[in-house]
Amino acid sequence: MSKDNTVFIGKHSSFRERNRRSGGYLLRRRIKQIGISVFRGLLMFGLCFMIIQPMVNRLAMSFMEERDLYDSTIILLPRHVTLQNYVDVANLTSFPTSMLNTLWISLLMSLCQVISTTLVAYGFARFEFPLKKFWFACVVALIVIPPQTIQTALYMTFSRFDIFGIFQATTGAPLSIRSSIWPYVMMSLTCMGLKNGLYIYMLRQYFKGVPESLEEAAYVDGCSTMHTFVKIMLPDALPVIASCFLFGFVWQWTDLFYSRNFLSGYTLYAVQMSTMTTRMGRYYSTSLTDAITVTTGRSLQLISIAVLFCCIPLIILYCFTQRTFVESLAMTGSKE
Amino acid sequence: MSKKKKQKKYREHWYSGITEAFQMLVPGNKIYRTMAGRRARTGYRFILPFIIGFLVFMLRPMILSLQMSLSKINILSGTMSTDATMGPVNIFGIKFNFPYGNYSYAFGTDPDFNRLLVDEISRMAINVIATLILSFVIAVILNQKFKGRIICRVIFFLPVILSSGVLPGIENSNYVLNLMNSVNQSIQESSGVNISAALQDLLSVSGVGSGVFDVIFQMIDAIYDIVMASGIQIIVFLSGLQSISPSLYEAADVEGCSAWESFWKITFPMVSPLLLVNCIYTIIDFFMKNDNQVIEHINEVMYGVQMDLGVASAESWIYFGVALLFIGISSIIITGAVKSYE
Repeated sequence: MSKDNTVFIGKHSSFRERNRRSGGYLLRRRIKQIGISVFRGLLMFGLCFMIIQPMVNRLAMSFMEERDLYDSTIILLPRHVTLQNYVDVANLTSFPTSMLNTLWISLLMSLCQVISTTLVAYGFARFEFPLKKFWFACVVALIVIPPQTIQTALYMTFSRFDIFGIFQATTGAPLSIRSSIWPYVMMSLTCMGLKNGLYIYMLRQYFKGVPESLEEAAYVDGCSTMHTFVKIMLPDALPVIASCFLFGFVWQWTDLFYSRNFLSGYTLYAVQMSTMTTRMGRYYSTSLTDAITVTTGRSLQLISIAVLFCCIPLIILYCFTQRTFVESLAMTGSKE
Repeated sequence: MSKKKKQKKYREHWYSGITEAFQMLVPGNKIYRTMAGRRARTGYRFILPFIIGFLVFMLRPMILSLQMSLSKINILSGTMSTDATMGPVNIFGIKFNFPYGNYSYAFGTDPDFNRLLVDEISRMAINVIATLILSFVIAVILNQKFKGRIICRVIFFLPVILSSGVLPGIENSNYVLNLMNSVNQSIQESSGVNISAALQDLLSVSGVGSGVFDVIFQMIDAIYDIVMASGIQIIVFLSGLQSISPSLYEAADVEGCSAWESFWKITFPMVSPLLLVNCIYTIIDFFMKNDNQVIEHINEVMYGVQMDLGVASAESWIYFGVALLFIGISSIIITGAVKSYE
């Protein structure tokens, strides 16, 4: 019980004595407080457990042999411990290659996205220009429009890519750059990547909250706009930018939509994981030509382990950077 | 004063923004050399990447996909065409040449689309309400002081990572696994292990309004999905709660407000503007999720046996329209409610 709320009647009198003098009020309040905290503890524990439990389950499952899956006496601790599952999943998802590809592509893309969205957000936050409302409405539209709507059109755009007919004129045919990395780099550099409208919104919200006097002082001293932005605004905004970068990284890491459509030339982990079941039969068959049917339990187990593979780097990253994730979002979200 | 004048000028004509932009961006004009003109040009330089991206990678594909949804597409030759089967429309006896064939196919002939759309919408309506309530309650609890509060916060934000992208859908995207799950479910239901189903039976037997309970039990069954989808919403509510100054509560306490009263008189009104943000975020999040059945269906139409790009884009336009409609309705409702509350 906190001290400031307690009514002290006599320095050394016991709880019972004080309770008697207050006419039972103290005891009632104590019981109420304990009840509330027990209820709260239970609720919090239950919900936290629900979030964590699938991960723990996957971890336990990853050490089990297949026969352990069907043994109803086994819940968490495996009876027949094996590491073969890890080897199988690594082979099925072409593990080191796909993970490394995912890593550098995610880093590159989130870097591109953060650079462009920061610039755009600063432009929206600080400058007055005609049609500003219209362009900002476009940002909101970017948040709202599901990318699935333009999926086919983008697919066609990039399979016959051309800038004002230049390639058509020089090489005779439009370029097909659909399976290269360039379409997505271009999209990232022009704020059209995954959830980029959201980053623009967040960063704009942050920049609007910074007092203008700092920049005005810089202008008076003869600093150019870009210089002011880099030297004065950027250092303070780094936490928010970092959080956008982390969001971009994590969402790109697990993204399937853009990976499948624009990065099909690279073996990426998310894509490998989603198509894993189709390769299982061939992988486990002993003959070269036939594929065997893999049991449901087994394929479920392998997918779970693949998900675990995917999540572990992210969870480690999150453990080190959770402050950046949570606090900067709190910084930008409150000023609606 | 001059700012106000400018504002008025904007309101006079809808095109005044465009003319002004022209004046500021084209050299040789009077406004071009003013300070405001320079600032405007710098502003445009900053948002230039977005403008290019929006025009090239958003607007153009959107127009293209609208075109595709109104025509028949031949995959092999890569051509788009309209034909008589797509149908001219008769409105008040006047014939319009509007090839709506793909849309009528999506609504009329496609065996799954209607059903999936209605399913998803009803699931979404329930999920959005439940997500808002749950994330608000959790944010209120996390805002109190208790042991392990920081750890709880860390864990509740974990779903933002664990349920992003491919991850939520992956374990039930497999057809065989789906079959297995449904078998499991029916076994559970028949053997009475499913507690919520048993409770539901009990309550419906005792004759309490079963429609309401259906909805509530649907929420309870989906609690895992709801918790996994409410990471960001919790943080947004939490930041709103933390921005309320404690002196308000102190004053209320001195005046003899109970905790319950000060919750409804202080906490709720202060946070309610964030309801709209969260609601819109939740709807968008739900509409774009990977395990969404409508999106799966559209993908199937596009890449599957059918390979009909026209129908696929018509269906995704319908889907987008529905999403927009929902966002519009909910924002009207919520702004109205918040205003009347204030």
